[in-house]
Amino acid sequence: MGMTMGEKILARASGKDLVKPGEIITAKVDLCMSNDGTTHLNIDIFENQLKAEKVFDPKKVIFIVDHNVPSESAKTAQVHKKMRIFAQKHDIPFYEGTGVCHQIMIEDFVVPGQLVIAADSHTCSYGGLGAFGTGVGCTDFTSVMHTGEIWLMVPETLKFEIEGSFKAGVYARDLILKIIGDIGANGANYRIMEFGGPAVKKFTVDDRVVLCNMAVEAGAKTGLVEPDQIAIDYAKARGRHDMNLFTSDEDAVYEKTYQYNLDELEPMIAIPHCVDDVVGVTQIGEVKIDQGFIGSCNNGRIEELRAAAQILQGKKIDPYVKLLISPASKAVFLEALAEGLIDIFVESGAMVLNPNCSVCWGSCQGVIGEGETLISTGTRNFKGRAGHPNSSVYLASAATVAASALTGKITDPRGFVV
Amino acid sequence: MKEAFKGRVWKLGDDIDTDIIIPTQFLALKTVEDMKKYAFNPLRPELAAQIQPGDIIVAGKNFGCGSSREQAPEILAALKISCIIAKSYARIFYRNAFNNGLLLLENSELYDCCSEGDHVSVHLESSQVLLGEKSFEVASIPTDLLQMVEAGGLVPFMRKRNGK
Repeated sequence: MGMTMGEKILARASGKDLVKPGEIITAKVDLCMSNDGTTHLNIDIFENQLKAEKVFDPKKVIFIVDHNVPSESAKTAQVHKKMRIFAQKHDIPFYEGTGVCHQIMIEDFVVPGQLVIAADSHTCSYGGLGAFGTGVGCTDFTSVMHTGEIWLMVPETLKFEIEGSFKAGVYARDLILKIIGDIGANGANYRIMEFGGPAVKKFTVDDRVVLCNMAVEAGAKTGLVEPDQIAIDYAKARGRHDMNLFTSDEDAVYEKTYQYNLDELEPMIAIPHCVDDVVGVTQIGEVKIDQGFIGSCNNGRIEELRAAAQILQGKKIDPYVKLLISPASKAVFLEALAEGLIDIFVESGAMVLNPNCSVCWGSCQGVIGEGETLISTGTRNFKGRAGHPNSSVYLASAATVAASALTGKITDPRGFVV
Repeated sequence: MKEAFKGRVWKLGDDIDTDIIIPTQFLALKTVEDMKKYAFNPLRPELAAQIQPGDIIVAGKNFGCGSSREQAPEILAALKISCIIAKSYARIFYRNAFNNGLLLLENSELYDCCSEGDHVSVHLESSQVLLGEKSFEVASIPTDLLQMVEAGGLVPFMRKRNGK
């Protein structure tokens, strides 16, 4: 019996030839990362409770300040300070204000075949490069940071076979919203979502990350795309050559296979307050908005910024709507500057923010007030996620957010793109 | 771990996410004791003050979905909830809960049979939950996980084991 690529990654990480779903393994971790959402708690446990002295490997433990940056209060400044001091003391890679943690990891660290554990739920993003990333809490993370190991159950795998090609104005973001809407917020609970098929083989790494990043919103342990020349080129272009290219066997066993055809896909919207409450943009009716947000680990990369710029070029946003744009990383920001996208955004009336989690994290920038409505490329639309408990968040593609910012209501972007 | 205990039921629905359990804006508060007052704030702001030690939360499917923030199970443990009985849990929350000494039990029928304010009794040795005359089966929890819950979570459990 063959193995899926996820099973192969876990087999290698646990030093086994074969693993099966349901089996509990102890795996060696290739990289681990924590951000300012919870690292202060890790440090407390590490120093004061475990009384540990060393991290397992200073090259494989990464701290990234991205959730409240620049800090908006003395409390978060203190959290950052604690991380900075710890990182210096243990001589581990440290980033502050350089971008959303998962984008930094993908740009600077991850290669195909790795097992990566991080104290953040969207760690499943690394499947875009063919790596197994999964999120844990700070207690599990502290243990990994100390020992370099973790116990994991080998999950079942769900396969998503994608064919066809996107129509103008439809993006990977719409596909993943559609899938989550279909299978539900726990439709992949404890499982791997493996995305493949002829369409995904042509996807850029950015688009693959968009799919894998939101696997957790369906409850998945991780999302994966088989690594190919596109993934290899991405890693090599950033100076990383040592990798393991695991692909699924012909006779691998999947719990279930789903088929999607991109030719039939329209722009999708997740409506408040669940990520799996998804409708097509044509069914949404009239929904007025107060704010738009383009950014986050799901949808703040160069391709999404290009899609938004195409719509905003030469136009002005609605005078009673705010549009906030935060490129996912410094590298993305510089690329957008070089391509003139930032000029387009600023001239349209948008506010361009430093790379960080921003509005998606709902605490440091662009918090919305009582009764306000946000349309966002963020990862979640839970009640109160972006500010006041009585506010509403709709999730959509960067193009849909840009088109909606122009009109002041949720708008189909297909009327704006060629 | 006490083998049998009784508690008053608070009923919550499906997909209770970690932003509901503890919203982002309260995460920077200094202590879990400060944070626990805001448990379930977006959904039922009055609830945290009403929860008494030993109470039991009964919920629908996918409890704890969303962010990996460990403050979510931590504040529920700090409110001294004796256990949660849900139809199912999100996987990150599941690990985090046991790591923080919070007992989780799974049963798909109790939710639809009980009302808020009911009292249920949990019998770990027979893996059963009783509501009046009615009995509901829960999957048994391995002894070492129960010991971890009793110790207050993974870290105190490891310290106890290491004699620190």
